[in-house]
Amino acid sequence: MTAALALGDDALVLSHRLGEWAGHAPVLEEEVALANIALDLLGQARVLLSLVGDEDELAYLREERAFRNVQLVEQPNGDFAHTIARQLYFSTYQRLLYEQLAAGESPFAGLAAKAVKEVAYHQDHAEHWTLRLGDGTAESHERMQRGVDALWRFTGELFQPVEGVEIDWQSLNSGWLESVTAVLQQATLIVPAGPQSGAWTAGAGRQGIHTEPFGRMIAEMQHLHRSHPGASW
Amino acid sequence: MTAVTADQTAQAGAGRPEGADEALEATFDAAVAADERIEPRDWMPDAYRASLVRQMAQHAHSEIIGMQPEANWISRAPSLRRKAILMAKVQDEAGHGLYLYSAAETLGTGREELLDKLHAGRQRYSSIFNYPTLTWADVGAIGWLVDGAAITNQVPLCRCSYGPYARAMVRICKEESFHQRQGYELLLTLSRGTPAQHEMAQDAVNRWWWPSLMMFGPPDDASAHSAQSMTWKIKRHSNDELRQRFVDICVPQAEALGLTLPDPDLRWNEERGQHDFGAIDWQEFQEVLKGNGPCNEQRLAQRRRAHEEGSWVRDAAVAYAEKHTAVRNGEATA
Repeated sequence: MTAALALGDDALVLSHRLGEWAGHAPVLEEEVALANIALDLLGQARVLLSLVGDEDELAYLREERAFRNVQLVEQPNGDFAHTIARQLYFSTYQRLLYEQLAAGESPFAGLAAKAVKEVAYHQDHAEHWTLRLGDGTAESHERMQRGVDALWRFTGELFQPVEGVEIDWQSLNSGWLESVTAVLQQATLIVPAGPQSGAWTAGAGRQGIHTEPFGRMIAEMQHLHRSHPGASW
Repeated sequence: MTAVTADQTAQAGAGRPEGADEALEATFDAAVAADERIEPRDWMPDAYRASLVRQMAQHAHSEIIGMQPEANWISRAPSLRRKAILMAKVQDEAGHGLYLYSAAETLGTGREELLDKLHAGRQRYSSIFNYPTLTWADVGAIGWLVDGAAITNQVPLCRCSYGPYARAMVRICKEESFHQRQGYELLLTLSRGTPAQHEMAQDAVNRWWWPSLMMFGPPDDASAHSAQSMTWKIKRHSNDELRQRFVDICVPQAEALGLTLPDPDLRWNEERGQHDFGAIDWQEFQEVLKGNGPCNEQRLAQRRRAHEEGSWVRDAAVAYAEKHTAVRNGEATA
C-alpha cells in the first residue's frame, strides 16, 4: 500500500512539526489551533498507517529512506509566517485531494470523507492567517512573502501522481494553483515566479529522498521507542 | 463595622453617601453567608476582588506555564496513541488558560495586563512546574500526582463564591479528571512493563511526590491568605486538610500501581483514620517560590520569548482588523 504510506507519512510528519509549536505559539488561541490541527493530522496518519501495518512499527522503526512523505511537510517550522505558508500549501493540496477521494470509490473514500471536513478547517485557518500576515504590517508582509517564496519549490512534488491514488492529478494541480494564487493576491503577496520543483525535490520525498532536517526530526521522534525494543507503552 | 471612623468611610466610599459601603458590604456578606454566587456586576469588597484576581491569574498562569514540562515530551512520545493523548492534554491546558483569563477579566483586569505581570515575575504560577520532566514516565507522574493534586484543590472551587470562577472550574475539573486517569494508566502500563520501564515509573514518582504535596501551599499556620479566603468562601478547606485528603487518596492508588511513595514515615494512623506522613521540605518550597527552583528561569524565559517573538504576529492581526473594519465601515457609509 504505497498510497496509504505516502498519505499517512504526510500527515504524520506535518503533525510532528506542528507539535513542536506547543508552548511557543504567538498567542494562546494559536496554541489551541495548532495543536488541534496537529491532532487531526495525527488521527489521519494513524488510520492510514494502520491500513499498511502496525502504526507504531511504521512510525518508529523505519529509517529515513523508508518514509514516503513529501518534502514540504518535513520542512522546519521557521517563524510563524513560514509555518503558515507550509499550512496554506499543504492544506489546500490535502483538501482538493481528499475531496476527489471522497467522491470516488477507492479504499480511501471513507477516510477522505471524514478528513476533508477537518482539512477544510485547516485550510480556512491557513488562509485567514495568510491574509492577516500578508495584509497586516510591513514586517508581517515581508515575513509572509519570505515564507511563501522559500517553500514554493517544494510544492511541485504535491502533484506527482502517487501509485494507487486514482484521482485526476492534473485538475488537482490546476485547482491548487488557482486557489493559492487567489489567496496570495488577496493577501497583497506576490505569487512566486520560480519553478515549483527544484531538481532535488521533484517527487523525491515519495521515493524516500528527504532533506537534511528530516533525519534529525525522526531521530528525536524515534529515540525513546527504539531504546526499549519490544516494550509496550 | 460600627467601629469604622468617619475618616475611613470617606476614603473607602469615595463620594458615596455616608454608610453606603456598610450597606453594600452587609448585602455582600449576607449573599456569601447564604451560599449565593457573586456575579461580575455585584458590589464586592476591593480586597475580595484583588484576592480573586491574584488567585485566578495565578491559576491561569499555571495552566500556561504547565504546558511546557509536558510539551517537552510531545516530540518523543513513544507511541502514536500516547502522542495524541499528550497533544490533546497540552491543548486542553491552553484552553483552561483561556477560560481562566476570561473569568479574571470579569473582575476588570485584562489578559494582556496579567500576562505582562507574569512575564515581569510579579504574579506567580504553581511551584510544581519549576521541576524538569526528565523521562517519559514524568508525563505519567504529572498526570497522576500533579493533576490529582490540582483536582483535590479545584473540586471545592466549583462551589467558590465567585460565579465566573466556579463555572470555569466545573469545566476544567471534568477535563482534569480525564487527564489524571490517563496519567495513572500510563504509569500502570510502565509499572507492569519491562524492568527498565518499571524503574522509570518508580523514579518519576520518587521525584514528583514531594513537589506534588507542596502544591497545596504552606501549612495552615503559615498561610497568609487562607483565613480570609475561607470567610469569603473562595476556599472551602484549608491547605493541610486538602493535602491530607490527597495523601489518603494516593496511598492505595500507589499500591495498585505497584509503586512505592518515597516517604519512610508514611503509615496508616488507626486513631486518626488517616495517614501520617513525613515532613515537607519547606525550605525547598520557599526557594522554588523565590525563583530558585530547577526550571524557574527556563520556564519564564520560554514564555517571554514566545510572547516577544509573537508580537509581530499579534500586531499584524490588529493592523489587518483595523484596515478591514475601516474598509467595511467606509463602504457602509458610502
